[in-house]
This record gives sequence, structure tokens and C-alpha cells, in this order.
Amino acid sequence: MDARRATTTVPRVRQVGFFTPNAPPAQPSRTHSFPLDSSSPPLSNSPVNNSLSPVMIPPSRHLSDNLVHRATSPLPVPEPSAFRRPIRSHHVAVVGSYNPTESLLGSSPPLASPSSRVIGDGEFSEESSAGWFRRSNSAKFASSFSGAFDLTSVKSSETGGFHQVKKPVVAQLKEEKSGAAAVVEPQINKGLSSSSTKPLKEKTTKAERRALQEAQRAAKAAAKDMTVSVGVSTSKPVKKQPAQKKDAPPPASSIAVSDRKGVERSMEKERRKDIPAPRMQFDDKSRVEKAKKRAVVNQSEARNRVELFRHLPQYEHGTQLPDLESKFFQLDPMHPAVYKVGLQYLAGDISGGNARCIAMLQAFQEVIKDYSTPPEKSLTRDLTAKISSFVSFFTECRPLSMSMGNTIRFLKSRIAKLPLTFSESEAKASLCADIDRFINEKIVLADNVIIQHAVTKIMDGDVLLTYGSSCVVEMILLYAHELGKQFRVVIVDSRPKLKGQALLRRLVGKGLSCTYTHINAVSYIMHEVTRVFLGSSSVLSNGTVYSRVGTACVAMVAHAFHVPVLICCEAYKFHERVLLDSICSNELGDPDALSKVPGRMDINYLDDLTNKDNMQLLNLMYDATPSEYVSMIITDYGMIPPTSVPVIVREYGREYLWI
Amino acid sequence: MMELEIELKKASDSLKLWDATSISLTAGCDLFMRYVTRTSALEYEDFNSAKSRLIERAEKFGEISCKARRIIAMLSQDFIFDGCTIMVHGFSRVVLEVLKTAAQSKKLFRVFCTEGRPDRTGLRLSNELAKLDVPVKLLIDSAVAYTMDDVDMVFVGADGVVESGGIINMMGTYQMALVAHSMNKPVYVAAESYKFARLYPLDQKDMAPALRPIDFGVPIPSKVEVETSARDYTPPQYLTLLFTDLGVLTPSVVSDELIQLYL
Repeated sequence: MDARRATTTVPRVRQVGFFTPNAPPAQPSRTHSFPLDSSSPPLSNSPVNNSLSPVMIPPSRHLSDNLVHRATSPLPVPEPSAFRRPIRSHHVAVVGSYNPTESLLGSSPPLASPSSRVIGDGEFSEESSAGWFRRSNSAKFASSFSGAFDLTSVKSSETGGFHQVKKPVVAQLKEEKSGAAAVVEPQINKGLSSSSTKPLKEKTTKAERRALQEAQRAAKAAAKDMTVSVGVSTSKPVKKQPAQKKDAPPPASSIAVSDRKGVERSMEKERRKDIPAPRMQFDDKSRVEKAKKRAVVNQSEARNRVELFRHLPQYEHGTQLPDLESKFFQLDPMHPAVYKVGLQYLAGDISGGNARCIAMLQAFQEVIKDYSTPPEKSLTRDLTAKISSFVSFFTECRPLSMSMGNTIRFLKSRIAKLPLTFSESEAKASLCADIDRFINEKIVLADNVIIQHAVTKIMDGDVLLTYGSSCVVEMILLYAHELGKQFRVVIVDSRPKLKGQALLRRLVGKGLSCTYTHINAVSYIMHEVTRVFLGSSSVLSNGTVYSRVGTACVAMVAHAFHVPVLICCEAYKFHERVLLDSICSNELGDPDALSKVPGRMDINYLDDLTNKDNMQLLNLMYDATPSEYVSMIITDYGMIPPTSVPVIVREYGREYLWI
Repeated sequence: MMELEIELKKASDSLKLWDATSISLTAGCDLFMRYVTRTSALEYEDFNSAKSRLIERAEKFGEISCKARRIIAMLSQDFIFDGCTIMVHGFSRVVLEVLKTAAQSKKLFRVFCTEGRPDRTGLRLSNELAKLDVPVKLLIDSAVAYTMDDVDMVFVGADGVVESGGIINMMGTYQMALVAHSMNKPVYVAAESYKFARLYPLDQKDMAPALRPIDFGVPIPSKVEVETSARDYTPPQYLTLLFTDLGVLTPSVVSDELIQLYL
């Protein structure tokens, strides 16, 4: 196992989209996409480098670090990657049809034994073999037949045991880099030794990597035609993207750099594929086509798309819901609860991070309750695959938020951690209890703690400003009012959603004195304000707050007026990602919502213009607030400065392990 | 064990009540209570061993706070160079220790000392420094901006270090830090680690009030209000470094330490 991982990461050539039996797909690199703290494996589940721009990521450092760490902490590595694999949304054969490889997987427990014999750590090998199966499984997803071939070839080659598998890997490497292979071999043979990974990295020059890539591509072409076509098409966008990317690396960058970036990008793509909230590059036509073939929801892409945001999905709104409704009776493998929640996402009935998470978890609870393990299959793997397919369905309905990603990761880790001695009913009961506990502890109780902390910051005579409609902020205001504090509220709202109006109605109904305004008046009203309370969708590692579009404006104006900005966010929404701007990762809403004002037929100036070529409507849903505008983040762990978010992620991540 | 904990809690509360405004007292008590709960969480079959461990820890605590000053003094020696001018505000024994150590290692520097009304801390400090043969200049509090040009660094102590990385210190510290920041002079804070408190003030009024009556020397008409608050809050963006017994830290590390301690 180590051999394969070592060999794939060493050349740093990502074979996007398909996997050979000898060079397991980017699974290792994915898990090693950031410095692994061997004591916090769950963190490896969410690669820090999910961001699409390679400029943010120095991959070599991570990879070399991770090579070291990987060797020393084998256990966590295969596990998260295994989860990650099946979620890679648009490549999952969603609609029910269990892939033939799955039955293969289910019926080949003996595969576990050779590895266990060799490695000696039973648990590790089991996990790794499980991961192995899942890798192959998802390989299948990537390119329909290659997975099956991979698996069969794997099976045949693995019968001999660990060392046999190493040989083809080592042989392959040897063709390309003699020096590197020499270093790799002792590493492999040592098994879990960690030393000489860094020299490995430096030895691979661009030319060698290129050569290796070509050779591997040729090798795959020889083996399976299908995979080559996929590989070529998927590696093409890798090269295309550096060209496409607007803020390309500085012009002085050499070809080596761009080649590197190409490699990095393909690595990121791999990583991205495996994260719970996959962010597919939607400007890559071939992958979009493939995704559409597998998609449950038929979505037609919007016509006029802003160039800068071509990497985000944008579909014609209005056609999805009726289409999905008509398919209801054909979607047999789809659980009705999941279907219902997906529809609610699509229609916009459920919005807001907490609500979406809770709805998703409750749907999964239903799924688990109704689940029964098919014969010849293991509960953990099968259930994980099912959950992944449902997750990809949700993603098609509406792209996942980061908090939902964290939640899914939690659920999958719980499934993986089920003791094998559990019977099916025990396992199901345990999972349902875990989900209940998650909702209770991380959302409901967390909200209570946040409210307790936040009301200590509200004094009599305060003027509190809030933007949009955050459920936590609403609870804080109502609770403070109940406590008898004298304050008034300014609600800032914005089109097209105008969520603040509902909040206004509810607050006024409870007797608070409120002022309502739109975001264009925020600098006018800010001088009266004493505190700003904002909710968020997620808080990232560098303290950036990712929330509803418009939040950054409000925070910036508040900062200019020296008004403290308090972000209220539960800890489960924290993420290790780093976002520098709102462009790389965002969600595009319905552009027609911008041009139409409901109830005002007379201001339909844009009606005939929406289809013109030089008219592009952009309806962003999220934006990123830099950490310098944030005074304090109130979480269930207390009140922390924005610089302490990575500390919480580190500690909180560890808790994942202890659950 | 639980009983001991309860007794200790009662003792800690009454200690805190004795001086409700002292942040370091509160923080120190909280830290020790935290250690007690942590110890009792560990299962000790023998009560006596747990008790002796606590006593040991308490003694170490006292030792640490004495030693802390020496550690801080050692750490800050690198930052005091020959010919530098240091501005000091308030009477902090830690800062005094720092300057003492620097004087004893034969460094040549001079100190600008603010008067520190109404406590007249400046006078006390200048007395001490004069004994060490350190050239001292006394300023009135309003002369801080006037003399800031000639100053190389600002050294202050802290009553408490809060979670954001800012400090709560004698009234006038915020002013000095603001002036120093705008003139690009570094502001160094010397504080022991037991002063780290789980407070998070958002602005000056967000703290528990600590009032100290001011004697103007002449009777004040009854209609005139007097601002008697004895301390202010300096936000972390105006502080450069914190010298603590845990090392030389940036303000953002304070929260890191607190989280590790309390979670």
C-alpha cells in the first residue's frame, strides 16, 4: 500500500479521472494535501487546499510533509480518502444501479488477508484494503470499465501479497526515474519508514515528470482504450485551465511553473473530487458532459454566463423542479425522504446553513432506518456508497454548503467507525443516535451557548445592526429582549431575496423596536449603531467569514465607523480551507431574479435584454469577509478572535476522533 | 475530592471578592481552579496523593509567578539595545525587573517615565530607577505625544491580558499605545501567563468598572462629573509583542493558549 502511495505522489503527476491498479488514484495525495498532524487524522478529511487556485497552495511542501506523515500514521490515511472517493459527485453512478464491481468488492474479503499478513497491523490493513476497494470503486465511477479491470487486475496481483504489488509499481517508476526509484524502493521495503521522501521530490524535474506522465498515459492506452480517452480529455482541461484562469501566475512564470500548476491543478481536482462539497470546474466541457450524463436532475445551463464565474455551475432556473417532479416515480433507488429534501433545496424552501444541515441529517436518519444490507455486502461500505449517492443528488439540487460538507464527513466517519461486531440493527440504532447527538450537541446546544455568550455583549441603550436573516442572531435578539434589555434593532436587507423582511415581521411581532433599511443605506445608518451581529455560513482558517452576499459590505462599513462586528457561528461550520476572495468558491443564483422585481411590472427595463450577448447577469449568493473587519467570533467554544479559528479546528477536529 | 473542589471554589470566590477589580487575581484563581478540576477528573484512587499533587502544584504556582518575572526579564534583554530610549507607563514590577536586569548587564539606555496620575506611579518608578543609576526623565501624562519622537520603544506591564490579545492596564496605556502605533514605535507588554483571562472587551466600556477617586487638590463643584475609571483596554492591533514566561508571543497567541488551557 505504501509503495503505491509513494509512487503516485512522488512523480506528482496526477492521472485525472482514472486509476491503474499499480498507481492508485490520487487518494494519497489528496489526503496529503496539507501538513498532516498525525494526531488529528480527521482533519485530513477536509483537504485544506480545496481552493481552486493553485496560487494558494504550495503543494510540494504538503506532499513531502505528508509523505513523511503518511508513513508514520498509516491508519487515518486510507480511511478519509475512502470516504472522499465515492462522494466525488458527478462521477458517481447515482441512479441505483449498483456497479458490478461492488458485488466483486463485496465478495472478496480474502483480499484483506495478504495485506494484513504483510503489514502486520490488522486494523490498518483492513482499513487500507477497505479504502482500496473504495478507490477501485470510485475508479469505476470515473471511467466505467476501468474500475472493473483495475479490481480484477488488483485481485490477481495482490494474491501474492504486498511485495508482489510493489513490483509493478516500482518497475514503472524505474523506467522513468532511476534515481528516484532507488530511493523509493528502500522506502517501500522499509514499509513504514519515513525518511527519504524529500530528496524524492527534488529529483523529479519537469522533464522527468512529463516523461513519466506520457509513459503512464501510453501504458494505460495499451491496457484500456476507454481510460485513455477519459484520461486525455481530463488531462486536457488541466492544461487548459492555466490558460483560462484570469489571474494567472505572474507572466514571468516559466513553463515549469505552469506545468507544475497544471499538475497541481489536476491534483487539486483529485482532491476536490473527494471532498464532501465537491467543487467541479464547470468550465471544463467534457467533465460537465460526463456529469450531466450521470445526473439525476436534468439541468440546462444558463446561456449568458459571466466569464469570471464560469467555473461555477449555473443552470436555468425554473425548469429543474417540474423535471424532477416528473421523474419521481422513476427514481427507485432514491429514498423518498432524500427526494423530498432535495426538492425543498431546489425550490428554496429550506435555506440557511443550520436548516439545511438538519434537514439533510434527518433525511439520512430515515435512510438509515429503512436501510437493510444487501446480501454479500458489508454495511459500512454499502451504506457509505448510498450516502454518497444521495449527497451527489443534493449537490445537483443545490451545491452543498461547507457546513454540510463537515456534517457529511462526520457521518461517514461514524459509519466507518462502527465496530464490526455490531449487528445490523445495532449499527443502525447507533448511527441514528449519533446523528441525533450531532444535531443536539453541535447545533441546538451550540446555539444556546452562543446565545448565552452573546447577550453578555448587549447593554442597555444599544443599537444593534443585523444583516439578512440569521437564525442564531434572531435567537440572540429575542433572548436579550426576554431578559429585559433595552435596545433597538436595525435590520439591513438586500435584494433579491429580501430575507430581512421575514425577520422584521417576527421581531416586531415579539415587541422589539426595529428599523428596516436596504444595504445601500448602510453607511447612512451606521453612525447610530453600537454593535453589529452577523451570522455566517462558514468561517475559514484564516479568519475569513463566508456568508450571505452583502455581509462583507456591512462589516466593512462597520469597521470604518469603529463599530464592533460580532460573528455568531457554531463550531461545526469551521473549515480548514482558506479563501482569499469571493470568486474561487461561490454559488450562482438565478440571474432572472435580478432583472425582475416581484409586484412591480412597470420597472421591467431588463425584460428584453436578458438574452443579449453583451448582457450578463450575475447573482452571487456568498461573499468572503476578511478577518480584519471581524472583532470577535462567538461560537459554542466561547468568544474567540478570528485568528483563533484554526486553533478551534485543530481542537475540534480532534474531538471528531473522540466521538 | 469533590468536597475539596467545592471548598477550594469557595476560597477562590472569597479571594476574588476581596478585590473585585483585579483581573490578575481572578485569572490566577481561575487557572488554579482549572487545574484542580483537571486533576480531580483524573482518577486517583488515593485521595491523599491527589491532595499532595494539588499542594505541590500550588507551591509550584507561587514559584512560577516569582520565576516568571526573571524569565520575562531574560527574554526581553534581546530587545533592549545600547543607546535606546524606553518609555514606561505605570508601575509594574515585571517591567522594573526587565529594566533592572538590563541595567545590571551594563546596557546603556534611558527611560522616559510618565507621571501616572492619580497613583503617582511615575514617581515611584523613577525612584527605583534612580537607585539603579539609569537616567530617567519624568513627563506629565500629556507629554507622551510630544516626546514620542525620541522614543525607541514603549514598555508596559499589564493588569490582565484578554482573549483578543489586548491588555487591560492603568489608565493612559491605550493613549500611549495609540500614539506609539501612529508613529511606528513598537509597544511591548511584559505579563506573566497567569494574567491571561477569559475576558473579551469590545470597547472601553465593556469591562467591569474599576473606579479610583481622583484628588485634584482643589474642591470640585458638585455639578461636575469626574471620570474615575482606573484602567483602560488596549486592543491587540496596537501591541507588537507580549513577553511572557511562555515565551515571546504575538497577541493572537493568547487566545490559542487560553483555548488549550480551558478546553
